[in-house]
Amino acid sequence: MPTKLNKKLTDYNSFIIEMKEFFVTFFINVANVVDYLKNITRNLFTNKLEFQEFLKQCYQIGNKSVGLISITGIIIGLVLTIQSRPPLVEFGAVAMLPGMVAVSLIREMGPVITALICAGKIGSSMGAELGSMRVTEQIDAMEVSNTNPVNFLIIPRVLAATVMIPILTLYADAIGIFGSWLGVNIKDDVSLQLFITQAFKSVEFIDIIPAIIKSFFFGAVIGLVGCYKGFNAGRGTESVGIAANSAVVTASLLLIIVDLIAVQITDLL
Amino acid sequence: MEKNIIIDIKNLKKSFGDQKVLDGVTLQLHEKENLVVLGKSGSGKSVLIKCIVSLLKHDEGSIQVGDNELTNIKEEDLIEVRKKIGFLFQGAALYDSMTVRENLTFALSRLNEDFSKEEVTTKIEEALANVSMPESIDKMPSELSGGMKKRIGLARTLVVNPKIILYDEPTTGLDPITSDEISNLINDTKNKFNNSSIIITHDIKCVQTVADRIIMIKDGKVYKEGTLEEFSKDSDPYIKSFFK
Repeated sequence: MPTKLNKKLTDYNSFIIEMKEFFVTFFINVANVVDYLKNITRNLFTNKLEFQEFLKQCYQIGNKSVGLISITGIIIGLVLTIQSRPPLVEFGAVAMLPGMVAVSLIREMGPVITALICAGKIGSSMGAELGSMRVTEQIDAMEVSNTNPVNFLIIPRVLAATVMIPILTLYADAIGIFGSWLGVNIKDDVSLQLFITQAFKSVEFIDIIPAIIKSFFFGAVIGLVGCYKGFNAGRGTESVGIAANSAVVTASLLLIIVDLIAVQITDLL
Repeated sequence: MEKNIIIDIKNLKKSFGDQKVLDGVTLQLHEKENLVVLGKSGSGKSVLIKCIVSLLKHDEGSIQVGDNELTNIKEEDLIEVRKKIGFLFQGAALYDSMTVRENLTFALSRLNEDFSKEEVTTKIEEALANVSMPESIDKMPSELSGGMKKRIGLARTLVVNPKIILYDEPTTGLDPITSDEISNLINDTKNKFNNSSIIITHDIKCVQTVADRIIMIKDGKVYKEGTLEEFSKDSDPYIKSFFK
């Protein structure tokens, strides 16, 4: 009996120690994130924007993602159309198909799919690039050259992601609608002009604006998380992989949470 | 005649969590001197020179660079201190996304924005000629070998004409021939530009080539200070283990 009791006490103690370590680590991470955000905000308003670097990052984000977003956009439009058509035909509401696809693409599918693709493509690349710069002391070299790494590396990337994700989202919406037109034309024969007219009959201002606003937040989340993970990578080479992986996972999770909040706010309008 | 002291470190302490890395280091770097800081891996050598350029903040003690005391230094004064100091990182730390020319231009323009385009080009070409690498000007770092990267790293350091150069393990990871070339380059740089250097190393061949004075660090403290001759003749087993 005493042995059993001892074992229980040991388990209980190790549980308490683990919980303590978990909360200490959690609060240290929270403090680091707060410090990081404070640092970015201060630098954003006190230092001159590295405009060349910002343009370079905008080009890289657009260039890196446009191909993947084109393919995904067209497939999403096609799949949405092909899957939605049979029930609409059953209810005699096939004329509503372009409008329905357009609304779902503009309000939800376009921004979320674009953001998730960019989280994978751009977030990981930011995490890996900055992580590798940290490991090879390039960030230290920058500091020794009197260059503020937050101002030179992080702010242009975060701003570029914030600006480019909404643009890519609008592009994904357009390509998705085109994909939907292709989907409709598998069974029917509808001109592109008629399809677009029908699609935009159902789309209202309130559908477009919140979606664009939330995609700005999506962009900021991808940039902030990617840069945070890379900038705070450890010293070993394996940290680069960890930073890239963690950037994708954290950004994807945060995107879904931001989307949930955005949907709740839009619902109130 | 006593040479001027240009870096004066007193009772420097630095810890990471519970681990004491520097535990009261005191040293001086004199004008036109190559000071070698010797010690085994993890003895706090790199931490010491990172404290000198404020890449790491020390916990206690003082670091005086010229007229500037680094403890609680203002940002504008730190910029002036960093203009005086060049830093050659262990892996050269060239910016991967930039060519050699852009690497040097970046260093030059960040520390001094007054140069015209022609002046920048001339300075870059001079710096590359000083390390015998003029043909690499438009190459990417990925196209260079380890030794070439070190040379370009030194050119990037020299282009800003620093009074002090801090070398973090300049010969680590290089073959013996390239190591000798880099060691000779350190001496040539000192003779040509009359600068002072702190060289962090555990490569005894490099020490023998470049050292005017040696400081050995053990367990975060200065273990012995002296000339190469004094170290070579020392009977202490720990010192002997380095010089055998």
